[in-house]
Amino acid sequence: MRENRGIFYRIDWVLVGIYLALVIAGWLNIYAAVYDESHHHIFDLSQKYGKQMIFILAAFLLALGTLIIDPKFFSQFSYFIYGFFLFFLILVIFSGREISGSKGWFAIGGFGIQPAEFAKMATCLALAKYLSALDVDIRKFSNLVIASLIILAPTLIVFLQHDTGSAIVFFALVLVLYRAGLSGYVPLTIIILPALAILSLLVPKLLLTGCLLVMALIALFFIKRRLKNILIIILVFLASTGFVFSVDYGVNHILEKHQRDRIYVLVGQEIDLKGAGYNVNQSLIAIGSGRFFGKGFLQGTQTKYNFVPEQSTDFIFCTIGEEQGFLGSSLLVILYVFLFIRIILSAEKQRSRFARFYGYGVASVLFFHFAINIGMTLGLLPVIGIPLPFVSYGGSSLWAFTLLLFIFIRQDSYRHELI
Amino acid sequence: MERVLANRKYIIIGFFALIGFFFLVRLFYVQILVDKYILSANNNVLRYMTQYPARGLIFDRFGKLLVYNEAAYDLMVIPRQVKKPDTAALCELIGIDKQEFIRRLEKARNYSPYRPSIFEAQITRENYGYLEEKLFRFPGFFVQLRTLRKYTYSVAAHTLGYIGEAGPDLIAKNSYYKSGDYIGISGIEKSYEEVLRGKKGMKIRVFDVLNRDKGSFREGKYDTTSVAGIDLFSSMDADLQLYGEQLMTNKKGSIVAIEPSTGEILCIVSSPSYDPNLLVGNIRKKNYTLLLQDTVFNPLFNRALMASYPPGSTFKLVDALIGQQEGVLTPETRYSCPGGFPIGNGKVVACHAHPSPLDLAGGIQISCNTYFCRVFKSIMDNKSYVNTRAAFEHWRKLALSFGFGKKLGIDIPNELNGNIPTAAYYDKYHGKNRWRAMTIISLGIGQGEIGITPVQLANLACLIANKGWFYTPHIIRAIGRKDSLNQAFMTKKIVSVDASYFDVVIEGMANVVTAGTARGAQIDSITVCGKTGTAQNPHGKNHSIFIAFAPRENPRIAISVVCENAGFGATWAAPIASLMIEKYLKRKVTRKDLEERMINGNLINGKVPGNEREQRDILQD
Repeated sequence: MRENRGIFYRIDWVLVGIYLALVIAGWLNIYAAVYDESHHHIFDLSQKYGKQMIFILAAFLLALGTLIIDPKFFSQFSYFIYGFFLFFLILVIFSGREISGSKGWFAIGGFGIQPAEFAKMATCLALAKYLSALDVDIRKFSNLVIASLIILAPTLIVFLQHDTGSAIVFFALVLVLYRAGLSGYVPLTIIILPALAILSLLVPKLLLTGCLLVMALIALFFIKRRLKNILIIILVFLASTGFVFSVDYGVNHILEKHQRDRIYVLVGQEIDLKGAGYNVNQSLIAIGSGRFFGKGFLQGTQTKYNFVPEQSTDFIFCTIGEEQGFLGSSLLVILYVFLFIRIILSAEKQRSRFARFYGYGVASVLFFHFAINIGMTLGLLPVIGIPLPFVSYGGSSLWAFTLLLFIFIRQDSYRHELI
Repeated sequence: MERVLANRKYIIIGFFALIGFFFLVRLFYVQILVDKYILSANNNVLRYMTQYPARGLIFDRFGKLLVYNEAAYDLMVIPRQVKKPDTAALCELIGIDKQEFIRRLEKARNYSPYRPSIFEAQITRENYGYLEEKLFRFPGFFVQLRTLRKYTYSVAAHTLGYIGEAGPDLIAKNSYYKSGDYIGISGIEKSYEEVLRGKKGMKIRVFDVLNRDKGSFREGKYDTTSVAGIDLFSSMDADLQLYGEQLMTNKKGSIVAIEPSTGEILCIVSSPSYDPNLLVGNIRKKNYTLLLQDTVFNPLFNRALMASYPPGSTFKLVDALIGQQEGVLTPETRYSCPGGFPIGNGKVVACHAHPSPLDLAGGIQISCNTYFCRVFKSIMDNKSYVNTRAAFEHWRKLALSFGFGKKLGIDIPNELNGNIPTAAYYDKYHGKNRWRAMTIISLGIGQGEIGITPVQLANLACLIANKGWFYTPHIIRAIGRKDSLNQAFMTKKIVSVDASYFDVVIEGMANVVTAGTARGAQIDSITVCGKTGTAQNPHGKNHSIFIAFAPRENPRIAISVVCENAGFGATWAAPIASLMIEKYLKRKVTRKDLEERMINGNLINGKVPGNEREQRDILQD
């Protein structure tokens, strides 16, 4: 008991505070998003906000449980936890329930549980565990392969569940590998390739190729002209040119129709405001009409009269944008960025390599969700349906993010116990 | 090495911060810099619903309702809510085929799948009753109340005018009108549009994404109520108007009757006419085209205001008045008539056989051409002026004071100027100083370049009855309940002829009816003063013209009648005028034989009786 009480003095209350702020903001905005005058009670359990309240209470219990478990449990059992959720990920493909096109849900009673959300946490644990081993150096090829496999295994399975959004999230963990020593070119490539793909849809291909050529020539001029360097630059140039010309094929033949439409909406080739472009347009109208101070709580007309689909889940940021205005939404963005930076700084302070890498994993996954989700509602990225951490409606995601964060907070508190 | 890797945190933190900053910039752009989203948000939820006011009513001079509003219904559709409709049944209800149904639905969908558009406009009350019972079977369809103009007596189509939806050109010019608004297009409906239309109101309501009404916006704080249009009290006598239209059956021409003491128009008949109820609601377009294409009868042409005729002998009254005013003529002036007036080159203005010589009253009574050619010549050769041109200019000035040569300014649109030729015109035509009295002598008997509209002719009778003044003729005598008449109609217009010169003219006109050219216009116990006219025209048989006022002692009605291509003024125009006067003053016509003969007379070339009636039947179909 003494020890348990002690940990509450050592946990990072700032992180917990940000977490609580986000969760409560989420709950209030879900209330606003699905507000209906005939069910105006925020505790009404038949409504989404009532259910979210239950999810939040359960999440608090999960958080509490995480804080009282011995922190070594997570590092010691990380592979087991990873295997456990991989098993469920595979199982859900065969026995799961399909919700909005993705077959990633277990039906338990009236609730759906989505193992993919928890798999992110499990993968962070396993990756941190693997990288923390003293004999592992990511710069060794065999180690890199194994680390990549840890990430790619759940990615592939989730992809097979037709949940592309969740699958992409795992790529965020490349930041952990980067921190572990992976060449900076890898994350850079992961960022540049989608940008290049979008550019190749926006700009004539020959022009783009010309630009790439100019960049290659400039690079050749500045580097030490050794054969190896020259060959690399030529190879990069040829690869990116090839990539530019294969984007069309990829978009037209590999992506599914709804994904293709979303990409075309983003690059402005498709402006069907009643079809594929409807969500993004209504989302921008909601946010844009909020102006500086917002329309006020429960006063958003876009929100109140359901012009934005999926508003309590993937498009919850519209509610904040419309009702709380620039003031509220920029505060939320700042709060998130503050959360990520605090996690990174805290991770750097960890004495255990496991805790540090795990911290990086947590920050990467949360950041990726944040960036994709808000980028989507602001019309900067194609529509990819992933939730805004702690804010969007949904039990699975809230619990998974809670576990993800609180395992790190627990590790962090343990840092002091070691002294 | 680990230290170096630890520095990578700065790159990662920097990346996070950069994306966050990027979002803040985007938020600032979308929420603060750009306006279109707030407009779109309002467009999404707010519906501005126009409250159409009832258009003002129009009454006749005895308070009879002439024009009123009747409820009509626009069938509206919200394409999104249309659920696999029983197309055939609905098509049958409104009388369209399936292709048309699909076409209209597609058109509405292109406008907006969520917002109502008009599917079928102006369904009459009778048809609506039938539709209403079955409408519940067709989700997505509903009706919106509008009004139709209705005309109680089916008379005075040209005067009352009609309304129609404001077109895109007008909407672009006048911001008051929006698509779907009605506007007066002709007649009183046009000239009093701003009074009749009232003031539109606006209700702002909130609709959700499924187009469900969520109540009024901010508790109706920004709503405005509509104000009904103002009623008009016309000086028209509906019975007289109807009687006039009956008399003009199968004749081309017009009747204009005015109350001399006030300038109030009692009736304006233009024949052939049409039933004003034809140009109402959704039958208007079709019927308008048919009326427009009827080049034989030209039913849309308002002859009373828009036709200009040579006044013929009626103009001799003007000669008589101007001659006296100019001091070249006295009541005692006698001219002998050798059966015509030689104008040189062996040409003669012919005159009919009558006692000779005649004084002024006699000249009017007998309508002697020679007499008035001499009068006109003496006006032109007046030694008070330096030359003919100067005399002519002065004559013209006096003629204009009679209301000729330019619009009287009555409150019905499209009035014509008529024509009193100018000296400049003759200078151009004959050469400067190359024209004399004899060159333009035909003006003296109301022929030649002179053109006068029927309403100007009636006004001539008016100003003679008043002995030298008139009010601008007008059809509306009160706007709303108060006596709020346009000031322009309450200002006396003075004719530049002294009142004393009128007595002999009136004496002559009285003799015209009792013992002169228009004995057929006599009415028991009423002294009618009149003057016939027979206007030659290049298009065919002479026009039969008659102007009159009665009773002589206290004139209550002044009238002009023109029957195109009907021959002598005495044959048709005078009896018709006489019947009109009897009808107005006695409210009852006793000369049934004459009445019957006039009504049944068919003066339309090559047309057998009843043709016009047939024409109307086709239109009403």
